[in-house]
Amino acid sequence: MNVNGKTGITRAPSLTNRRRLTLRRIAQKADQPVFFALGLVSLVALGVIFVFVVREALPVFRYVSPSGLLGPAWHPTSEPPLFGTLPMIAATGLVTLGALVLAIPLGFASAGFVAEIAPVALRDLAKSLLELLSAIPSVVYGFFGLTVVAPFVQRTFNLPTGQNALSASLILGLMALPTVASLAEDALTAVPKAHREASLALGASRWQTTWRVVFPSAFSGLFGAAVLGMGRAVGETMAVLMVAGNSPVLTWSFLRPVRTLTAGIALEMAEAPSGSAHYHALFMLGAILILITLATNGLAEWFRGRVTRHRE
Amino acid sequence: MKKLHIWSSLFLGLALLGLSLSAAAADKVTYKGSTTVLPLAQLLSEALAPNVVFSVQGGGSGTGIAALIDGTTDIAGSSRYMKIEEFEKAVANGVMPYIWEVAIDALAIAVHASNPIDQITYEDLRRIYLGEAENWSELGGAEMPIVVVSRDTSSGTYGTFKEVILENEEVTSGALFQSSNGAVATTIALTPGAIGYVGLGYLQPSLKALPLAKTAEGPFIAASTETALSYEYPLSRPLFMITSGYPQGAVAQVIRFALSDEGQRTVLEAGYAPIRALSD
Repeated sequence: MNVNGKTGITRAPSLTNRRRLTLRRIAQKADQPVFFALGLVSLVALGVIFVFVVREALPVFRYVSPSGLLGPAWHPTSEPPLFGTLPMIAATGLVTLGALVLAIPLGFASAGFVAEIAPVALRDLAKSLLELLSAIPSVVYGFFGLTVVAPFVQRTFNLPTGQNALSASLILGLMALPTVASLAEDALTAVPKAHREASLALGASRWQTTWRVVFPSAFSGLFGAAVLGMGRAVGETMAVLMVAGNSPVLTWSFLRPVRTLTAGIALEMAEAPSGSAHYHALFMLGAILILITLATNGLAEWFRGRVTRHRE
Repeated sequence: MKKLHIWSSLFLGLALLGLSLSAAAADKVTYKGSTTVLPLAQLLSEALAPNVVFSVQGGGSGTGIAALIDGTTDIAGSSRYMKIEEFEKAVANGVMPYIWEVAIDALAIAVHASNPIDQITYEDLRRIYLGEAENWSELGGAEMPIVVVSRDTSSGTYGTFKEVILENEEVTSGALFQSSNGAVATTIALTPGAIGYVGLGYLQPSLKALPLAKTAEGPFIAASTETALSYEYPLSRPLFMITSGYPQGAVAQVIRFALSDEGQRTVLEAGYAPIRALSD
């Protein structure tokens, strides 16, 4: 007998059965709107943050023109103040690029090793080690960068100081690596066994299968892993603050100290009097950061959509 | 099954509530602000435990004062005087800042221990920090580029340095900006060509503190607790703990302890000068 279109209750509802039915019915009917509401909460939170940052950032245009914002000099406390954000945007780009150059090849390779080559016993160990790497707090990475990586870079390149974009890239690459590797590994294991078996059946070697079949099949997942790794690198504050040197000078060299957008906000937020031009300028840095993140994520989604459609 | 869920989550909720209530019952005082005053605050915290839970956090003098104004900290640590704007904002927020001098610091000018330079004047420092002098050879030292290390703008240490040495001009953009005294000290220790300014309590064997003079004629005074107490050292400065109004309860306990003989001995331990000559 069908009750509410759900089979399973085959007795005629007596008094006690009816009560149980109602409770279950409510629970079943409620789960959809409840989950919807919870999902909405995160969207609303994101929207509120975005609106708040943009709202606090816009008044900066009372003190500087949009072209002024893209100037090469950041002197927020001089008379008149200069709010050129270009050095920091360039620094964020430089350091992120360096981090990805390290994290993507290593991350994909680690993922490939864990997913395809490692014996089962080693697989779990490798995965746990990667998770452990991602659990290390960023301030610890920063301290490691300051006391180990920066002096190493200083000695190797014979520089006056090792606090530069290269050291920051190395540390950020290390931080983004577990993210990229973990997601890439998920993407690779999600490739259907049938693909591998078909490839091997056609006479391809293990290596050819991995490189020419599995990796391309997992492309959209791998791309997602790379984008998330990039997001980690763009948004990292503490480690970069301790290692990059924080000079607000525009440079494209990896061997010079740089100040990223995140470090720029962290260094000056506490001191900027609330409501001042400096304060709004710092929020503008935050708005730029959000914009960069949205742009890269959006681009990644669009690219992914194209690739997936291509394959079908 | 559902009944078990309900009872267990109820129990868990009550347990958590109980735990947090018991934590709230202990006397808690928070410190936020100057990283110069921080080592002192940490030692005071250890001395006051377990009667008072004194939790400390850095962030710079500006951060601490802002937190006091916002009501998110009990004690603000500051290595500089409050600015007029900060005072006005505090009063507007109903916070009457009560400023306690708890120690005297000497802002030590530190270079790497291997640097042959053995003293420095205000004028040299100005030239270095404004980017006019870029090599140690210009100051009579080795042929080595100068790596200028400075603090971030929310630092009271930075504020003092900028006001006294730079006469409120901007530090050169090419400097390395660090977010704490500790980071400055570590950077100098790892960089042979570096120069920076740190609170007395952050000096370490790998650093060399340069005797400082206002003019080339001298006298060149070395930074120490004695020269700080007597204000002989040119960059001596008072260190403050600021409370909102006259402190009560646990906050009063912390302040009273900091100003007591025992607390002032802790100041010596932290590497700073006490505010008065101690009896022993």
